[in-house]
Amino acid sequence: MRQVSPRLSEFLQQLINGLALGAIYALIALGYTMVYGVLRFINFAHGDVFMLGAFAGYYLSPLVNRFLPAQSYLGGALVLGLAMLICAGLGMLIEFLAYRPLRKRPKLTVLITAIGVSLFIEYTCQHEKIFGAAPRKFPDLIPTTTWHFAGLVLSSNQVIVFVTTLGLLGALSYIVKRTRIGTAMRAVAFNEQAAALMGVNINSIISFTFALGSALAAAGGILFAMNYASIEPLMGVQTGLKAFIAAVFGGIGNLPGAALGGGILGVIETYAGGIPGLSNYRDGIAFAILILVLLFRPAGLLGKSTTEKV
Amino acid sequence: MKTISQNWFGRGTVAVAIATISLLLAGCNKPAGEQPGAGGDNIKIGEFASLTGKDATFGVSSHEGTLMAIEEINAAGGVLGRKLQLLTEDNQCKAGETATVVNKLIARDSVVAMLGEVASSRSLEAAPICQANKIPMISPSSTNPKVTETGDYVFRVCFIDPFQGTVMANFATKTLKAKRVAVLTDVKSDYSKGLAKFFKERFLANGGEITAELDYNGGDKDFKGQLTAIKSANPDGIFVPGYYTECALVSIQARQLGITVPLFGGDGWESEKLFEIGGQAVEGCYLSTHYSPAVGSERSKKFVENYKKRWSGKTPDALAACGYDSALVLADAIKRAGSTDGQKVRDAIAATKNFPAVTGTITINEKRDATKSAVILRITNGKYEYLETVEP
Repeated sequence: MRQVSPRLSEFLQQLINGLALGAIYALIALGYTMVYGVLRFINFAHGDVFMLGAFAGYYLSPLVNRFLPAQSYLGGALVLGLAMLICAGLGMLIEFLAYRPLRKRPKLTVLITAIGVSLFIEYTCQHEKIFGAAPRKFPDLIPTTTWHFAGLVLSSNQVIVFVTTLGLLGALSYIVKRTRIGTAMRAVAFNEQAAALMGVNINSIISFTFALGSALAAAGGILFAMNYASIEPLMGVQTGLKAFIAAVFGGIGNLPGAALGGGILGVIETYAGGIPGLSNYRDGIAFAILILVLLFRPAGLLGKSTTEKV
Repeated sequence: MKTISQNWFGRGTVAVAIATISLLLAGCNKPAGEQPGAGGDNIKIGEFASLTGKDATFGVSSHEGTLMAIEEINAAGGVLGRKLQLLTEDNQCKAGETATVVNKLIARDSVVAMLGEVASSRSLEAAPICQANKIPMISPSSTNPKVTETGDYVFRVCFIDPFQGTVMANFATKTLKAKRVAVLTDVKSDYSKGLAKFFKERFLANGGEITAELDYNGGDKDFKGQLTAIKSANPDGIFVPGYYTECALVSIQARQLGITVPLFGGDGWESEKLFEIGGQAVEGCYLSTHYSPAVGSERSKKFVENYKKRWSGKTPDALAACGYDSALVLADAIKRAGSTDGQKVRDAIAATKNFPAVTGTITINEKRDATKSAVILRITNGKYEYLETVEP
């Protein structure tokens, strides 16, 4: 293959880096947006469930390796699936203990509780007897390869992140739009009381929403840890915040919007990081652009154009 | 269903969201751990250290060295006929937390002197407080010059970044034969910014060229944006004056992007965690630091031996040795002062001359810094391999 010019090659490489980072933001943003769509409330503990997902993978990996060879695709998929299950359970538990008793209270009460839950998880996990605050090395779950072509570098992990995010976005859209439980979720989102009168079990639908969102967060946590191998109890703070911004940017409550928002945020951040003199304002530049967009499109990029949301 | 997104994302929600973000960014404080009750006639010495958090191995190493020195001094009869009591507070590697714990140590525990810390940014938080309260403070291993410039009560027992930066610039020119170097700085860290500045000055003076200068924020995990730009600049080496958590990830991502030139940095690289996280990627990287257990005097060998005994087989790193030395220098000064009075102890520390310590012979100069040699280590097979000693 012919060598492309260095400038173009750098541009394309940054695009690859940005999209891989954005795909992870997108995966977490999907969870934020779905819970918001159904309950009109931002679950700030979502970033911490993301962290718990990564730690679940950390502890599950040696267990799975007892009967499956280390660094195998099957083992990796099993770890991913189990971590998603564990976090789905945790998400339901958080909803049951912290949010359900407050369901009839003003939204602000629940929002502040969500921050409380987030801090509670972060600081409990930093205790030496739980995870401890020091960063740990996340094990290599699957064999990795790197492809070089025309001066560009693409790692198998980046491809996996991208494919998984698209796959989960598709699965989620299917669940929400095509299944009975998805219809029930949309009914609860539209009018909780009317849905209850029609025989929808509100409690189980909301539990299911949290389970689904938390499973996505766990998948995000594991994919993140596969790419950035050091995990610690506060890893969800910054990443969760960015995913939340991505969800708002794409139009909160809108599933493809969250994916688009995540992708754009990742790309902007990566390009800003590669400009000498501007790289220390990386997060600032990304957020400034998002604020500009929101000034002109307050509902986010895809917020207005779709008519159905969950 | 109709379009309801405008209602979903009204102004109220934006305000709440922004308020929430600022809360998340600004919050996160936790009260420091309680200390055991103060002993009657002991000499109380405060220590602030990063025992937990992202640079935790720094604080733990330094604390283990310091505590061991205090224990040895007490076993030998203490100072001025009294025992030393070390009161340690954890600042969790958080900005702002150091000021809180140092104020507590001074106001509530009435310590006579302060020891700490490794990271310059956090020592810089404590220094003005110690200066204002006239409590002598000795930093074991903060290398940014500004730390002791704070005032005449602030000292250190290690070299400073103008020296460390010069050492690494000369190393890049002479040993690595690098002509073009890229620099990747942590803009959140005074240590990193200072070291990068002094490195650049000397490297340019040596006739080298800085091909790319990029920054990151401590705590970042993704450096591919910066590293891709560095790769296009095609340098002979990359100077990363950061701390080990980020440096390990920088190394991994650099190798993933196909960057094969060596990475090198300062004493912030030194931690067992660097190997745990970095693995193969940090092989062949270089760093400068205060001390290596591989070389040294009889005194230093004895220290390594005792340290292994005290801390279940652990080999001391440079930060443990510096922590140990900081306590020895302080105890020696209290002895010579014949009192625990702040002014007298300060004068005694300032007068420290040719004190035989583990990391070398310590003489405190007029800028309240120690003049000491640096060692350069190479990472080989998951170990720090001693390369050379550079005299000031």
